[in-house]
Amino acid sequence: MHSLASITPLGHAEPRVVTLGSVRIAEVADRALASVTCRFGREKPFRAAARTLFGTALPEPGKSVAGPVYSLFWTGPDQWFAEAPEASHEDIARIIKEGLGDNASVTEQSGGWARFDLSGAGVVDMLERLAPAPSRRMQTGDATRTAIEHLGCFLICRTAGERFSVIGPRSSAASLHHALCAAAASVA
Amino acid sequence: MSQINRLSGGLIDRTQTLDFRFDGKSYQGHPGDTLASALLANGVRLMGRSFKYHRPRGPISSGSEEPNAIVELRTGARQEPNTRATTAELFEGLEAKSQNRWPSLAFDAMGINDRLSPFFAAGFYYKTFMWPKAFWEKLYEPLIRRAAGLGSLSKEADPDIYDKGFLHCDLLIIGAGPAGLAAALTAGRAGADVILADEDFLMGGRLNAETFALGDDGGAQWAAATVAELASLPNVRLMPRTTVLGAFDHGIYGALERNADHIALPAAGKPRQTLWRIYTRRSLLCAGATERPIAFDNNDRPGIMLAGAMRAYANRWAATPDRKVAIFTNNDDGHRTAIDLIAGGVSVAAVIDTRPDAPRLADCELLAGAHVVDSKGRLGLRFVTVRLTDGSSRPMEVGALGVSGGWNPNVHLTCHHRGRPAWDGALAAFVPGAELPRGMSVAGAAKGAFSTAAALASGAAGAVAALADLGVKARAVKLPEAEDVPVNLTPFWYVKGASRAWIDPQNDVTVKDVKLAHQEGYRSVEHLKRYTTLGMATDQGKTANIGGLAVMAEMTGKSIPETGTTIYRPPYSPVPIAAFAGRSAGKDFRPTRLTPSHKWAAEQGAVFVEVGMWLRAQWFPRPGETHWRQSVDREVLATRKSVGICDVTTLGKIDVQGTDAAEFLNRVYVNAFAKLAVGKVRYGLMLREDGMATDDGTPARLADDHFVMTTTTANAVSVYRHLEFCRQCLWPDMDVQLISTTEAWAQYSVAGPNARKLLQKIVDAEHDISNEAFPYMACGEVTVCGGLRARLFRISFSGELAYEIAVPTRYGDGLIRALVEAGQEFDAVVYGTEALGVMRIEKGHAAGNELNGTTTALNLGMGKMVSKKKDCIGNTLSEREGLNRDDALNLVGFRPVHRNEVFAAGSHLINTGDEANAANDQGYLTSVAFSPNLGHTIGLGFLKNGAARLGEVMRAVNPVQDAEISVEVVSPHFIDPEGERLRA
Repeated sequence: MHSLASITPLGHAEPRVVTLGSVRIAEVADRALASVTCRFGREKPFRAAARTLFGTALPEPGKSVAGPVYSLFWTGPDQWFAEAPEASHEDIARIIKEGLGDNASVTEQSGGWARFDLSGAGVVDMLERLAPAPSRRMQTGDATRTAIEHLGCFLICRTAGERFSVIGPRSSAASLHHALCAAAASVA
Repeated sequence: MSQINRLSGGLIDRTQTLDFRFDGKSYQGHPGDTLASALLANGVRLMGRSFKYHRPRGPISSGSEEPNAIVELRTGARQEPNTRATTAELFEGLEAKSQNRWPSLAFDAMGINDRLSPFFAAGFYYKTFMWPKAFWEKLYEPLIRRAAGLGSLSKEADPDIYDKGFLHCDLLIIGAGPAGLAAALTAGRAGADVILADEDFLMGGRLNAETFALGDDGGAQWAAATVAELASLPNVRLMPRTTVLGAFDHGIYGALERNADHIALPAAGKPRQTLWRIYTRRSLLCAGATERPIAFDNNDRPGIMLAGAMRAYANRWAATPDRKVAIFTNNDDGHRTAIDLIAGGVSVAAVIDTRPDAPRLADCELLAGAHVVDSKGRLGLRFVTVRLTDGSSRPMEVGALGVSGGWNPNVHLTCHHRGRPAWDGALAAFVPGAELPRGMSVAGAAKGAFSTAAALASGAAGAVAALADLGVKARAVKLPEAEDVPVNLTPFWYVKGASRAWIDPQNDVTVKDVKLAHQEGYRSVEHLKRYTTLGMATDQGKTANIGGLAVMAEMTGKSIPETGTTIYRPPYSPVPIAAFAGRSAGKDFRPTRLTPSHKWAAEQGAVFVEVGMWLRAQWFPRPGETHWRQSVDREVLATRKSVGICDVTTLGKIDVQGTDAAEFLNRVYVNAFAKLAVGKVRYGLMLREDGMATDDGTPARLADDHFVMTTTTANAVSVYRHLEFCRQCLWPDMDVQLISTTEAWAQYSVAGPNARKLLQKIVDAEHDISNEAFPYMACGEVTVCGGLRARLFRISFSGELAYEIAVPTRYGDGLIRALVEAGQEFDAVVYGTEALGVMRIEKGHAAGNELNGTTTALNLGMGKMVSKKKDCIGNTLSEREGLNRDDALNLVGFRPVHRNEVFAAGSHLINTGDEANAANDQGYLTSVAFSPNLGHTIGLGFLKNGAARLGEVMRAVNPVQDAEISVEVVSPHFIDPEGERLRA
C-alpha cells in the first residue's frame, strides 16, 4: 500500500455534505471513473465484450444504466463513461481495458471529474437556476451534457424529480460547488 | 388630509395600511397599490420633471409604458434610478424620490430651460456646439449631461443577488389578460406544459381595470377564479411580476422575474430578480394593447393622462387624479372612462369628442366635434381650453383630463426577428404582420381583438391551434359571456396649429420638432428617431411613436403605413445590467480552475496568477523577501544549482489511442511520429492550415496504439477542438480515439542536477531511472511511494536534467508534500510560473510569446523539422515563397551591450544608424527576463535573417516608453547550448 493520502475534489480528506433548505448536496469521492470508446469498425465485438464485462447493455444516447458493479452513461458518439466503486476498481481503466481488449480505447478519468449528488424536494427548482438542460422533464436514467457555471458538466437523473448527479471538471470543483450552493439557497 | 383622492372599491387591501415616503414626505397607501396609484390617491399629481425642459410631469399611464412618472426608488446602495412609479409595487417603508430637478420638484431651477425652449428644438445640440471643436468633450458635453438626464446612480456596489435560470414548456403565454387566461385555461386543461407570464403583480390585465361583467362575475373575479384554477394545475407555471422581454432564436424567450422588488429587502441568499431563458415549443403573445394620446398645446401637465389609465386607477386602485375631470377622445372607448368615473363619484365636466357625430354614452355633457387646444396650471392641470365646433373657445376648470386616441396592439415581440407590423385601417393601428418569430402566434388585443369576448375567444382558439401544431388535442373551454362592442374610432392624432404639443413626453419631443426634422430633410423614420430622440429611453416610445409617425406622414403626404415604423428590439422594458450578469459578478465572474497543489501552495503563501481560468502559483515568497524578483531569482538559482519542483498539471494532456494513433499524429505534427519507439517522447510542432505555428508539445508513446500528447496551457482546448475536427471531419475513417485527460493526472516537473536523486526517493526501487535505463526523452509507467501508479517522462523545459511525474489527481496534494519532504536534503525549492518563464528564456525555448500566430517553423528555428517525407496540416502552405525569404525572421537571443541596462519585450529592432521607423524595422523582442544566472537582462526575439547576424549590435527601440538601448544579437540558448545538462 502506497503512502500518499488522497484528497477529495473540494480539497478535504472526507467528502463534503451540505443541506440547504430541502436540497442535499453531497460530494461523492468513492467512485472510479473511466472513458470507454469503441474502436473504429469494432462495434459488434465491442458491444458483446461490453455486455459481458458490465453485465448490461450500453446505454443509448442521452441515457445511463446501472449494472451490477458498473454504472454507465453515454457521453458522445461511440463513447461512454463507466463508474465503479473505487475500493474495488481503483485501477478502473486497466480493468476495463483488459475486459474489452482491442475493441476499445479506455482512459482513466477518476481524477478528471468531481461528482455531486443532489437530492430533495427543491432539486429541480435548483437545477433550473443552473443548467439549460430540461431537468424537470428528465426521466430516471436520463443523462445529458450541459453547462453549469460556464463549465461543461454531465447531468444524470437518478430518480426523476428527486435525485440527480452533477459530474463536472475537478479543477473547478470549488466553483461548481459554490454555484450549486448558491442555487440551492435561492430556492431554499 | 391623507388619501383625499381615494375612491371606494378597487382591488386594494384596505385592512392594511402601508407607510411610504416620496421626496421626504410621508404618505399612506394599501397593499395592491403602485407608487403612482398611492400618490394619486394622496392628491399628488406631480411626480417628475421632464428630460430636457424640466417641465412638471405626472403619470400618463398605469403600466410599463409610462414615460413621465420616472423616480428613484430606495436609498443607499439599493437606490435605483429611472423606475416607473406606475409599476413600482407599494410596500411598507418604500422610499422614492423624484429626479432630474434641483433643488426641488416644485421649484426646479432648471425649469429655465422651458423658457428657453425656442433654442432647444430638435438638433439644437448638433447645431450649436460645433465650435470650437475642442470644447465639445471637455466643456459642452459635461455641461449638457449635467443639465439633462434622468436619475442618478448610488455609485455603490449593488448589494443584491440576481439569478439566472432556464425553463422549458410546450406553450409560453405572454400576458395574462382575458386572452392569456383563456389560452392558459385551454392549454392547461389539455395537459400541456404551460408557462403564463405577466409583467403585473396581479394577473388579469384589463379585466382588473374594467367594470363590465364576465358571465355572472365581474372581470376581476373571473380572472381571480381562473388564476386559482391554473395555480392548481401541476402542468401550469404562473409567473406574475415577469416581463417577457424578447423573442430570440429557436423559440427561446428572455424573461425578467422581479422576485423581491415588492418587498423592502430580499431574504438572505435570495435573488432580487431572476433572468429566465425560456425554451418554448410554441408561444402565444397576448400582450394586450397600449392606449395612445392626442397631442395638443401643453398636453403634458400633471393630471393629463390616458383615459384608460384614469379608468384603471379608479376601478382597480380606487384612486383619481382629481375630483373633477374631463375626457378628450376620438373613439367610444374614451367614454367608458367618463361612465366609470361618474359611477365612482368623480365629477366629469364633459366628454370632448373630436367626432362631430360622437354618440352620447355617458351621463355628462358631450362636446362633439370639439377639441382640447390648450391647458393651464403651473404644477398641475387647472384649466383646459376647449375649441367648440363653432370655433369659439371655452375654458373648463378641471384637475385631470383623460385622453384617448385609440389603442395600439402591443406588437413588439412579433417584430423582434425583424418582422414588420401591418396596418389595420379600421383600428388605425399597426397589428402583427404575417412574418412572426417561428412558433409564435398572437391573440387578444395584441392582435387587434379589442372586445373582451373577442379576446377570450381568440386566446382560447390560439391555444387550441398552437397545441394542435404539437399534436396535442385541446378541447375548447366554455368561456363566459362578455361585452363585444366594436371599435368605433375616427383617427385623430394632434390638434392642428399646435406647436408645443408633446408627442414624446419622456424625450420632450413636440409636434414642432417632428415638423422641423421634416423641414430639414429627414424623411426616414429611423432618421427622425435619431434626430429628434423620439421613442428613445426607458419607455421606447410605447405611447409616442405612432404620434410621431402620424405627423411625419402628414408632412410627407404619405400614409402612416407608407411612412413605416422603427425597428422594435429587445428588451421590451428596461432590465438591470445586474440581471444580465446574474451570479457572474465580482470574484464569481467566472469559475476558476485549481491545480492539484493549490491547497499546499496556498498554505505556503504563494502568489497566484490567472492563466486562463487556472490559478497558478507565480512565485513562493519566503520570509524577508520584499520584492518578487528576490523570490523568482532564488527559485531559479536553486533549481539550476540543485533541484526545483513545479506544478505543470495545467498543460493540456490529450490521450490518443487506436491503431492509427501514430499516423494521426504524423498528420497533425510537422515532424514524424510513426517510428517513435514505445517508451519515448518527442517534441512536436503543430501548424495551422496556413503554415503558421500554432502549438507545440511532447507526445509520449505509451504503447503501439497509445500516445499521451501535451499542449500548452493556453491552447489545451483549442488544440483538442482542432484534433476532434481532424478526426471527425478530415479523416473519419481513421481508427483513432481522443479524450482530454488534463485533469485526470497531477503532474509535476522535477528539474535540476539533483532531480534524479530526488525522484529516486519517490519512485519505487524496482523502477530503474538511471540515465542508462531511463535516458533523456524516455517515458514509462512506474509506481511511487510504495505502489501508486504513476507516469514518468524525462523531458525538460528548463534545460536542466528534468522529469515530469504524474499521479492520479487525488494524490497530487500528497505527492507535492512527499516531493518537498524528500527534497529537503537537496535544498529543493518549489518554483512558480515566473521562474519557469525565466528558465525557459535562458534555455531559448519558444512559448506563447513566440508561437504568436504569425510565426512559422522557419522563424522559430525549426524549419528543418517540417518533414518533407510525409504530409501534415500546414505543410504545403508553409512552403509559400513569402514565408521562406532569405531575410525571414529568425528566433535569436539578445543581451544588453551595457549589461546593467534593461530592455522590454515588445521593443523593435533597428539597425544602428537607421531612423527608428516602420520602414527600418528589423524585428521585435518577444520575451525578456532578468537572468539571475547571467546577472543581466536577456531576451528572445525575431530578427530578419537573425541566425546569420550573431554578434551584431542593434538598437532595441521602445517608443511607447521612450526607451532605447544597444543590444547584441546572440544565440537564443543562454544556458547550456549543447544540451549537456538535460542529458546528464
